[in-house]
Amino acid sequence: MPQKKGRGTLRAVDGKLDILVNINGKAVAMKVAPGEYLLDALRREGYKGVKKGCDGGDCGTCTILLDGKPALSCMLFAAQVHGRRVTTIEGLGTPNQPHPIQQAFADVGAVQCGFCIPGMVLVTKALLDEDPDPDEGAVRRALDGNLCRCTGYVKQVEGALLAARRLRQPQGGKK
Amino acid sequence: MSVSDKREFTVVNHRVEKIDALALACGTAQFTDDLDIRGLLTGRILFSPHAHARIKSIDTRAAKKVPGVLAVLTHEDLPRVRHTTAGQGYPEPSPYDTLVLSEKARYVGDRIAAVAAETPEAAEEALSKIQVDYEVLPAVFDTMQAIAEGAPVIHDEADSKNIPDAQHNICAKFDFEVKEVEWFSEADVVVDQWYKTQWAQHCALEPHITVTYFDGDGRLVIRTSTQVPFHARRITARVLQLPLKSIRVIKPRIGGGFGSKQEVLLEPICAALTLATKRPVKIEFSRKETFVSSRTRHPFVLRLKTGAKKDGTITDAHMEVYCDNGAYGAHSLTVMMCSGSHTLPMYQAKNSRFIGRSVYTNLPVGGAYRGFGATQGFFAWESQMDMMAEKLGLDPIEFRKKNYIRSGESSPVFKAMGEGREGIEQKIGSCGMDECISRGLAAFRWEEKKKRNAKQAGVKRRGVGCACLMQGSGIPEVDMAAAFLKMNEDGSFNLHMGATDLGTGSDTVLAQIAAEVLGVTAKDMIVLSSDTDLTPFDVGAYASSTTFISGNAVKKAALHAREQILKIAAKILDEKPEDIDLKDGKAVGKSGRSCALSEVANTAFYYHDQHQIMGVASHIAQSSPPPFAAHFAEVAVDTETGQVEILDYVSTVDCGTAINPALAEGQNDGAVLNGLSYALTEEMRFSPSGAMLNASFRNYKIFSAADAPPFKTILIPTYEADGPFGAKSVSEIGINGPQPAIANAIYDAVGVRLFNPPFTPEKVLAAIRAKK
Repeated sequence: MPQKKGRGTLRAVDGKLDILVNINGKAVAMKVAPGEYLLDALRREGYKGVKKGCDGGDCGTCTILLDGKPALSCMLFAAQVHGRRVTTIEGLGTPNQPHPIQQAFADVGAVQCGFCIPGMVLVTKALLDEDPDPDEGAVRRALDGNLCRCTGYVKQVEGALLAARRLRQPQGGKK
Repeated sequence: MSVSDKREFTVVNHRVEKIDALALACGTAQFTDDLDIRGLLTGRILFSPHAHARIKSIDTRAAKKVPGVLAVLTHEDLPRVRHTTAGQGYPEPSPYDTLVLSEKARYVGDRIAAVAAETPEAAEEALSKIQVDYEVLPAVFDTMQAIAEGAPVIHDEADSKNIPDAQHNICAKFDFEVKEVEWFSEADVVVDQWYKTQWAQHCALEPHITVTYFDGDGRLVIRTSTQVPFHARRITARVLQLPLKSIRVIKPRIGGGFGSKQEVLLEPICAALTLATKRPVKIEFSRKETFVSSRTRHPFVLRLKTGAKKDGTITDAHMEVYCDNGAYGAHSLTVMMCSGSHTLPMYQAKNSRFIGRSVYTNLPVGGAYRGFGATQGFFAWESQMDMMAEKLGLDPIEFRKKNYIRSGESSPVFKAMGEGREGIEQKIGSCGMDECISRGLAAFRWEEKKKRNAKQAGVKRRGVGCACLMQGSGIPEVDMAAAFLKMNEDGSFNLHMGATDLGTGSDTVLAQIAAEVLGVTAKDMIVLSSDTDLTPFDVGAYASSTTFISGNAVKKAALHAREQILKIAAKILDEKPEDIDLKDGKAVGKSGRSCALSEVANTAFYYHDQHQIMGVASHIAQSSPPPFAAHFAEVAVDTETGQVEILDYVSTVDCGTAINPALAEGQNDGAVLNGLSYALTEEMRFSPSGAMLNASFRNYKIFSAADAPPFKTILIPTYEADGPFGAKSVSEIGINGPQPAIANAIYDAVGVRLFNPPFTPEKVLAAIRAKK
């Protein structure tokens, strides 16, 4: 790898940049074009839970966590996350071993078409990491950047609050 | 009581976890774009910059020379097959006025050419190098101007079919009248009012997307975000002149549709690019393209002239609608008719008349959209009901109660108006409207709010309003659904259905129905929907039909399998089949002895009466039982700014038995919130030359979690005899209420009535000032 780890200067070789990103706890080397968006790079690498719902940072379906904070992967160049920590929905749980937030969303019926849900789950994760006991208003403000056309948000708010309650219990929300 | 008629349920009417919820929440469920396909090309479409223009010539030579470009197509390269993009039952009751790529641009966003290239960048560059020589024509953007003498003729080609009056831009018409007495001869009060609704877009979070490729056998596979896989196969085969059997349509997970994906939009053009390149191709609309070049909610101009006696009996209902279809006639007849067929039966009048016209203009194309005309119709009707009540000096709720249709009653409208053709005679079976109203009033605390609002002062004024609604459950004697299930040796079942889950949860609801019949859990159902190679036919997900019609097909298929299970179990348990029940994954005999379903399956596979236990059934409905709903809104209107704030919103809905109450509530919640932003903020705006000005979520405002006001859904249980385990539809009705309920609440608050949603601060303030 020609570049050193960290946020040093990247140089393009044959029009591509070599970047190293910590994705879901694993070091991932990627070759990206200088103008390539993180959304497209992640999807190309197989992180298909990162969705594309608009083209301009308006819908939130492409949300990831960047160093633990929600970020829109369609608004970031892939090269910008060189040396940083990215969490995608694939980093939280699997259908057989879901994260408590994912289980809570399923339990209350918060998932309809599900296209917006990965982004919502990640935003909820970031919120609960910061504030384990948010009120409804705080949940609604956190989810404000993630549009959903199916649900009316009622059950997603319910799901986030349920997840918070479960995660506050000693066994960490495991069912 | 037989299993078919049972009222006590173990799986149905339970809040069962949606079977795909965890896969979706974990990001592993696969949508159209979530499969890596080697050698996938990018398809892109060139859209017209002109609202109305004849194409004199197209030069694609420079575009074809761009490195990485493999195909550039125009209308000259494709079979000239006029069709409709509306994914409806065959023959589609929409005019055949569309070509895959247009030879004449009819709106800003019409499809002129398509390219396939190795990279998105090469595709974009190729689009920029296509030279189109346009002869710009006069355009028309107003519904009523379009049908006036001398308006530009938008469809002047001789090979279009089923356009009733192309010279006057009329793409569909329907008239109907029942008259018992002279018009308005018995009316003490008459209200005559015009209404105008706006352009709106579905805003499914997943944009339209299609991927096409040849499989190993040389068959064309279309993996697509569709509500209508079987219609997509039929229409694509016809327009590209391919044998139907050479096409397979796969519907993966769908990121919402709300009607927009009942259109066969991208499948033919994407397939044409695969045919031209012999390579896999993907076409994915951007958000802007989804707004402009997919489909919209038809704006309506409506007139209601209604009469009533002093005692509140409605005597006359004259309804006149002009449905703006934009540049093409997709769903032009059916949406226009449903504005009357779903509203006129609600209140019984001696005289009923419907005059409907669908109109071409040089604007984006109308299509199916949740509510399907009933939304526009109920805005007018439920505003009108309040105006009539006021004129009669009656309480608006008592006035509605006096007139709405009840269980056992019929309406001549059911027979006269179907969807695109004559309807069917039917009597209302279940009707929970009384309880919808009483429980809604109580939950909303209507009386308390009325009393509190009687004394108000200050800048912000509160008001309350209501709306009563109905819809249908599928299209009777037209919509057909089929299902197939087979039993595995562990007692699980594969359930294969043409029914198309587009995010609604129908896979779960239908699995619950089958599980209820077979005495297992919903998780014992392995659901596949839908794939034209692997699942039986179903018209698809539209017209609020899936639970009611596909649900009945699934129930019948499960009963068919149950019969076979009981026979084998009878042999194992040494009892009569009719004495055996299926529960908890077991066959239980009268004697109390039982055997596991896995033993039944293994016995059928290897020991006795050897066969594959499988059930198959089709269903076609003879009725379309309406769900009913009552909505209640409280608003605060700022008299200095015109801002309308929703303070409280309660909606009650009678959907028969809710097969899955959590999912039914979710359907209603989503419909109501969509209706709320349609009432207050959503509107597609156009430049004087017909270009959409606000084609992004930043500029076309749909409500977010923080915008959503407090609102509550209450399910009112009834039992619909024609439905599977008593169920009716629930998905669309909720969107019809917010516009009129809020209009009525605004009037209650500040005494101004708005007839042209959305109710923006500018309009409300202008109305308040005009009143002063």
